[in-house]
Amino acid sequence: MNKLNSLFEGLGSAVVLAYRSFVSLPNAPRIIKRVVEQAFFGGYSTLPIVTILSFFIGAVLALQSGISLQNFGAKQLIGTLVGESLVRELGPVMVSILLAGRVGSAITAELASMKVYQEIDALVTMNIPPERFLVLPRLLAVLLYMPVITIIGIVIGWFGGAVVCEYVGFIGVDAGQYFHSLTQFLTVTKMMDGLIKAEVFGFCIILIACNTGLRTRGGPREIGFAVTRSVVLSLITILILDYFITKALA
Amino acid sequence: MKTKCSAQDRSDRSPVGVEVAGLSKNYEAQTVLKDISLSVKPGEIFVIMGPSGSGKSVLLRHIAGLEAPTAGTVRVNGLDPTDPATRDRFALALVFQAGALFNSLSVYENLALYPLEHQLCPKPQIRERVMRALKILSLENAAEKFPSELSGGMKKRVAIARALVMEPQILLYDEPTSELDPVMGATITEIIATLKNEYQVTSIVVSHDRDLALTIGDRVAILMKGNLRTICTPDELRRVKDPDIVDFLNPKIDLKNPRYLTLEAS
Repeated sequence: MNKLNSLFEGLGSAVVLAYRSFVSLPNAPRIIKRVVEQAFFGGYSTLPIVTILSFFIGAVLALQSGISLQNFGAKQLIGTLVGESLVRELGPVMVSILLAGRVGSAITAELASMKVYQEIDALVTMNIPPERFLVLPRLLAVLLYMPVITIIGIVIGWFGGAVVCEYVGFIGVDAGQYFHSLTQFLTVTKMMDGLIKAEVFGFCIILIACNTGLRTRGGPREIGFAVTRSVVLSLITILILDYFITKALA
Repeated sequence: MKTKCSAQDRSDRSPVGVEVAGLSKNYEAQTVLKDISLSVKPGEIFVIMGPSGSGKSVLLRHIAGLEAPTAGTVRVNGLDPTDPATRDRFALALVFQAGALFNSLSVYENLALYPLEHQLCPKPQIRERVMRALKILSLENAAEKFPSELSGGMKKRVAIARALVMEPQILLYDEPTSELDPVMGATITEIIATLKNEYQVTSIVVSHDRDLALTIGDRVAILMKGNLRTICTPDELRRVKDPDIVDFLNPKIDLKNPRYLTLEAS
């Protein structure tokens, strides 16, 4: 019962946090510098790992589907399968998982530490709302860089699949055929579906990270617990939301 | 201390008073403050003393609006300090015991944050104001340093300088002279007195520093185990007969019958 209470408390405070942050939106021109800093930090720190993982996820997907589709005589559809999987599902989900682990955890650690060491209290006494100073720049930044890193991740994943098709002999599909089948069924709507997912996931991850950080109580030990809680909660949220968004967009 | 641009440009600068009525605070089963009532007059230096763990800092946090009471009320000029609108009307600064400096910002940025965020004046004037506060606290050479590069005493001085830059109407200090050498402690004591005498800043000082309390305090409150034992002037405090207060203000070191043995036995 306590855990359920705490879950609803967390959900409620996240909604309030989002509301209070966006109430400060008229101050956005004053926080552009911080938004750019956060976008650079979030995008730049996530991009290298997104690049590596996307390439191999695309490659594995091509390899697995190549073996399976060959049995059904449908190996020419490898491109379609890899392309669509990455655009609509794996791209946004994978980038979001990396975002939760890399950026979300760092944000929670930073804000939890600021809370524990009374920096948040200092902001409050200076009448600088933490929502405007700390949360809003991070939320606006993720909305800027999330589609960019998702597109980069998807495209690199496609290339990972192409490399497998080109160089793994038994698949029997060359890169040209692969890209032909990939582009044949890909539409702007499908691409938009993936990007909508990425934006929603990214927003939720940063909101959870900020909320968990700002709700931290106690000493330095709590900072570690807060980070773990933030990442786990983000991962669960991504997967639950994924189902409902997929259903809504279907 | 004041420069051309200041918080006074945007709000009423009349001195601010504080009323605390029947304040109690519980943290789960633990009662930290019990039915505290006091009033701090505008422009007064009000010192809160008491042994460690007596609830002094918690009381200060309530006055700063950082905590909501379990029972009772706290009012700053009749307004609820937890309401952000109240902070819009008064410049209230709190000097935290551990400094609470922003670790990701340099000393200069820490000090400039308030005037910049509230757009009080152009950047050159903010710089002038910040450098002046740093000079008062002998920190001119620390402007570009980060809090992690500072000693405990320097952090405390930066926190006080940050409060001075805010040009507050009410200034709350949590142990302002702890961790400072005697000369810097005396400087801080003088600054608190100057802010009152020249600018009518209301000051509430939580301190263990008896000299500070008796030298510059207009009134002194003694808090023990969450209870308010007395509120009196420094002169009255010197004549007080309550054995707990006398022992707190003038503890005797008795090597033949050490205090810890008595505590252990009880």
